Amino acid sequence: MGLGKEFSKGILRENPLFRLTLGMCPSLAITTSVNNALGMGVAFTSVLLASNMAISALRKIIPESIRIPCYIVIIAAFVTVTEMLMQAYMPELFESLGIFIPLIVVNCIILGRAEAFASKNTVLPSFLDGLGMGIGYTLALVIVSTFREVLGAGTFLGYPLFADSVPSALIMILPPGGFITLGCVLAFLNLMQNRKMAKRNRVTQLRMKQQAAQQISSN
Amino acid sequence: MNNQDNLLIISSSPHLHSRNSVTTAMRDVLIALTPALIASLYFFRLAAAKVILTCIFVAVLSEVIAQKIMKKEVTVDDYSAVVTGLLLAFCLPATLPLWMAAVGAGTAIIIGKQLFGGLGNNIFNPALVGRAVLLASWPVAMTTWTTSLDGVTTATPLGMLKGGMVEQLPSLWQLFTGNVGGSLGETCALALIIGALYLLYKGHINWRIPFSYLGTVFVLTALLGAFKGEGLWYPCYHLLAGGLLLGAFFMATDWVTSPLTKKGKFIFGFGCGLLTVLIRLKGGYPEGVCYSILLMNMVTPLLDRYTKARVFGGVSKHA
Repeated sequence: MGLGKEFSKGILRENPLFRLTLGMCPSLAITTSVNNALGMGVAFTSVLLASNMAISALRKIIPESIRIPCYIVIIAAFVTVTEMLMQAYMPELFESLGIFIPLIVVNCIILGRAEAFASKNTVLPSFLDGLGMGIGYTLALVIVSTFREVLGAGTFLGYPLFADSVPSALIMILPPGGFITLGCVLAFLNLMQNRKMAKRNRVTQLRMKQQAAQQISSN
Repeated sequence: MNNQDNLLIISSSPHLHSRNSVTTAMRDVLIALTPALIASLYFFRLAAAKVILTCIFVAVLSEVIAQKIMKKEVTVDDYSAVVTGLLLAFCLPATLPLWMAAVGAGTAIIIGKQLFGGLGNNIFNPALVGRAVLLASWPVAMTTWTTSLDGVTTATPLGMLKGGMVEQLPSLWQLFTGNVGGSLGETCALALIIGALYLLYKGHINWRIPFSYLGTVFVLTALLGAFKGEGLWYPCYHLLAGGLLLGAFFMATDWVTSPLTKKGKFIFGFGCGLLTVLIRLKGGYPEGVCYSILLMNMVTPLLDRYTKARVFGGVSKHA
């Protein structure tokens, strides 16, 4: 696989949230506002980039049998750095994300990339893989949170969108709203995928028929 | 004489056809809901008509649109969307803004029913999904009740009971006839019972779920009332007040979302009753019929699986 593909696969084809459905718990919890989603996405991407590169660089030193604890220690170190940076420079965002920043340590996407990719590849592809996955996850969070914030709070990035006379649907920023939104987005993406596959199948069938017809006529 | 007339026709079973179908069953449900409809129009006048028409119209429209988008056969002529819209309207307050009622009806049909695969595949009762979403979204608008007839804002009888306003409570007779505050279709117990008797007579609903549901509520509230030193009026009050009768006869008995086995039906009704009493007496809401039925809808597949009758002559237990 080319380097470009290592980067781009995380954005749509193997999007961690929409395609692999990993990292559901923080995604459902923090997508109540676009601001939170962006903050979480940036924190997540920086941890993933750093941990992917470090694990890839150390992949020959880490003993096979205790690799998972080693990954966790490396990831936890970067999470602690990110957490302290956020606490120092973005205290409001840190407050609103709460427990979900330290919980990045056990985020299954980061551990998953370490196990599935970084431990088997060199530093540059691991960096690109981390960047692509991070951007893909951030995009997914922003999409889900856009629906939830606009419908549930009537704002986008904190700016009010509607007149005060229209009360927004509170359910969208409550937990059920997270499940409903994520479910609808996943259903929509699956629908698109199925239609694409059906179209591709039709095209290949048509081609095979044409080839068969040509063979018969040439015979 | 045509040769064809003498042919022996062989077809696979069933050989005996009944005229019952989804359409006729749904039509009977509509007939059974008519007394309650008349009562709500009498008590809440134009406001009731507006909310009910909006709900039915939007429910049918969403069903058509959803089925067109999903490229399925459009089945609005089976009346199931009409029943959903009407039942949803019956558990809304008369003062609800019409656009909120429309959102509820759309949610009920699209998210509660069509996204699960349409009639027969939905896990939850669509009308109750619509109500739950509305209650979570706009709690104030969904709990602003007016008295029937004069339209003054008031608490529901259950709300008064919860708030300790015992001296303001309407009498049992008022509850029975429906002259109390509450959502559109739930106030008139008499009309609901007439409709339920029709459905029972026609065999569309089974007595087991309503019986065990109402029985559980009656026994539990009688016991808990006895502890508090209340008399027999207390359990009777809980039976007639709120959406219990509407829920027990018309929503808990939904064919799709309630168990098929006899034992399962009893457990389902008991669970609904237990949850309703818990929410009413110990929970944060004055009324718990909606959530209790939705919660029991979730365990319906499990109840069906664990109460399946043993095949005659089969092994009694797996080793």
